[in-house]
Amino acid sequence: MRASYDVAIAGGGIVGTACAEACAAAGLRVLVAEPGPIGGGATAAGMGHVVVMDDSPAQMALTQYSRALWIERIPELPAEVEYLPCGTIWVAADEEEMQECRRKKVVHDAAGVRSEVLDARQLSEAEPHLRAGLAGGLLVHDDSTIYPPCAARWLLERSGAEVVREAAAEIAGGGLRLRSGERISAGVTVNATGAWAPELTPGIEVRKRKGHLAITDRYPGFVRHVLVELGYLKSAHSITADSVAFNAQPRRSGQVLLGSSRQFGAESGAIEAAMLARMLRRCEEYMPELAELTAIRTWTGFRAATPDKLPLIGPTADPRLYLATGHEGLGITTSLATGRLVADLIRGHEPAIPAAPYLPGRKQEAH
Amino acid sequence: MKVRVNGRAVEVPEGAMVSAAVALAGEAAFRRSVTGEARGPLCGMGICFECRVTVDGRAQVRSCQTPCRDGMEVRTDG
Amino acid sequence: MDEFGVVVAGAGPAGLAAARAAAECGAAVAVVDDNPAPGGQIWRGQAVELPRAKVICGARVVAAPAAGRLTLETYDAAFEVGYRALVLATGARERFLPFPGWTLPHVAGAGGLQALVKSGTPIVGKRVVVAGSGPLLVAVADCLRQNGAQVALVAEQADGAAVRRFALALARHPGKLVQAARLRARVRYMTGCWPVAAEPGAVTLRRGGRTWTERCDYLACGFGLVPNTELATLVAGGAEVDELQQTRVAGVYAAGEVTGIGGLELSQVEGEIAGYAAAGRSERARRLFGRRARYARFAQDLERAFQLREELKALATDDTMVCRCEDVRMGRLRPYGGWREAKLQTRCGMGACQGRVCGGALEFVLGWRLESVRPPVFPARVGTLAISPKGLGGEM
Repeated sequence: MRASYDVAIAGGGIVGTACAEACAAAGLRVLVAEPGPIGGGATAAGMGHVVVMDDSPAQMALTQYSRALWIERIPELPAEVEYLPCGTIWVAADEEEMQECRRKKVVHDAAGVRSEVLDARQLSEAEPHLRAGLAGGLLVHDDSTIYPPCAARWLLERSGAEVVREAAAEIAGGGLRLRSGERISAGVTVNATGAWAPELTPGIEVRKRKGHLAITDRYPGFVRHVLVELGYLKSAHSITADSVAFNAQPRRSGQVLLGSSRQFGAESGAIEAAMLARMLRRCEEYMPELAELTAIRTWTGFRAATPDKLPLIGPTADPRLYLATGHEGLGITTSLATGRLVADLIRGHEPAIPAAPYLPGRKQEAH
Repeated sequence: MKVRVNGRAVEVPEGAMVSAAVALAGEAAFRRSVTGEARGPLCGMGICFECRVTVDGRAQVRSCQTPCRDGMEVRTDG
Repeated sequence: MDEFGVVVAGAGPAGLAAARAAAECGAAVAVVDDNPAPGGQIWRGQAVELPRAKVICGARVVAAPAAGRLTLETYDAAFEVGYRALVLATGARERFLPFPGWTLPHVAGAGGLQALVKSGTPIVGKRVVVAGSGPLLVAVADCLRQNGAQVALVAEQADGAAVRRFALALARHPGKLVQAARLRARVRYMTGCWPVAAEPGAVTLRRGGRTWTERCDYLACGFGLVPNTELATLVAGGAEVDELQQTRVAGVYAAGEVTGIGGLELSQVEGEIAGYAAAGRSERARRLFGRRARYARFAQDLERAFQLREELKALATDDTMVCRCEDVRMGRLRPYGGWREAKLQTRCGMGACQGRVCGGALEFVLGWRLESVRPPVFPARVGTLAISPKGLGGEM
């Protein structure tokens, strides 16, 4: 019979482990239940981008706060986390998208985020393999990439939390019940199971959003920054249609990581040849020479998507049952802030940013 | 036929693979591993990827499965 | 034309036999193979009799985008082929085991060095130690010797007793016995002997209580064969077959070393059976069952004799490279209980070889089995994977 914990967390992905670490750092006794590899879900599938996103003021606040937390911790990050301060370039294909770059720059300036608008020539100098004829872009300096499964493991190890390699079958305000039947009692239980969160907390508005990815052999210098087409925002916004958006980033090894695609309603993790082809063709439209690079692996993952594009962080109607899920494509970035918010809310401390926009009880309007 | 390996001309027999050209040029290392170790071909049949070189500007080509062509330019990462 | 009655993946002995049998029945047959010429590994560099089929060399199957369709890639192109029946004759590769120094450039596989030499790598006057396990070592030593190498030693890890039993069993297969006897006479052959470390220009070997170092320009080292089951796993959930060589998926057959290591004659008869079955002539296939059963006995003798010894599991130190693609050393892998977490945390198996080299090693050393297979089943150009699959309703 295990002793009781202050916090029991279902889910050992980047969000669950970040919650564990933040709660442990706050002096709380933590248990994490994870049946699979640590960081083995969406954490392993995603691109590992740490990025400021200004889709909405609340998203801006959360991503900026969390990115700053990552930057603070650079000295502690082990080598296998592969922190790469490569920056992001939002790529504008036409004048309309250039306007969007300038609009973002204004938002960044107001928030103290370092970025600069690039014209066509500067874009081409920064990324020679982008096709000719693009309008320019916005370079965001302090964005980076990491290798998420190792980051999740690092966070978990730092937390010193008790780890149970079993799934939670049931969670409630008083704790959780493992598949084996064993009951863990906890002051607060946290559902950090990502795309599977509705299975443990029925009725929450989290839907699986499948994404395809590919990675190439080593081509050092082929891409130097994380490149995202501005059309990405249209893709991330769409609630119904399947969509693709160009997304390419370098790994330290020189491999090029390619994405992105979004599908609702796909339950199987199998590669869909047509979807993969469509995504890669979109990438080739921005970087034609990609066609000649060797792709070594492809895979899929399930993002946890909410109607208003913001995660669910904080207590449910039961003040002892918390959610930390619904991070869609920003789980890596916002994991550290999520952990801090959860730890602060559990202890009744004022979080560094207002928690209201992310609380599970909020009214969600899809936009 | 003649093939150039790292800028040096090498005479190779008809039907030879690029791996033979690299060996004939006296290069022991075909490529560098991700942490910089010198590597050469292991399996000889195209599955280990240790024999990769740059052929006519194309990187990451498996030399053991690529027939030499007259005038080919081969670069190793030794 | 890109639609065929029967597509055969692999132009080695099994694939060529399957293609011949299917063509004989009037099927429209295509044979595809990654190697620059047909013949597989055993007949590399030799002229082989081609079946009445379209033979596409330098072409690897990279994906199976829909039922009845394969995506192929060559050096310069990519295209799809359609099939009504498929024969998977993808053969086998060597099993490499990690030991200190095995990643040095002068260390290659046993079949590996033989293939390189057949492809033109100069070996005249070079001193070679051949090591590892299996009858392949003897064939390799013979080939290298014929090409002018000085084969210092063949080191077989199996004990003398096991090898002698195997040699006696060869009496059932007279052709092989003659070959073996001839080879043994010309080369120093030690049983119960294996490499413990390679250094530049040398290899250290162990036999019983004795450890010593042999000079060598090359170490040709391979520990038996591992079936190339990746495509079969992708298309049919594995290479397990019924008596007609059919996999779990109707219309998909497998033959030769991919179904289990059994040697040349077994591969050929399995190929023939699969070819007839794929062409819808199972009565012709059944006439070959007796012959297959006889050759299958050789496969059993082979497996028994050349089992890998326990000591080979302990050759790698924590510092020894295991995943050559991502440079992951043994010490980083040991803490994990299996592939899934080890792969994610260390990236072992995520490199270009897609686990083909480290997979065979870790299966033996740690008992880890690689699970499922995703496309591309072989590295493929981004442009190849960007081709919109046919037969699925066109452009999205």
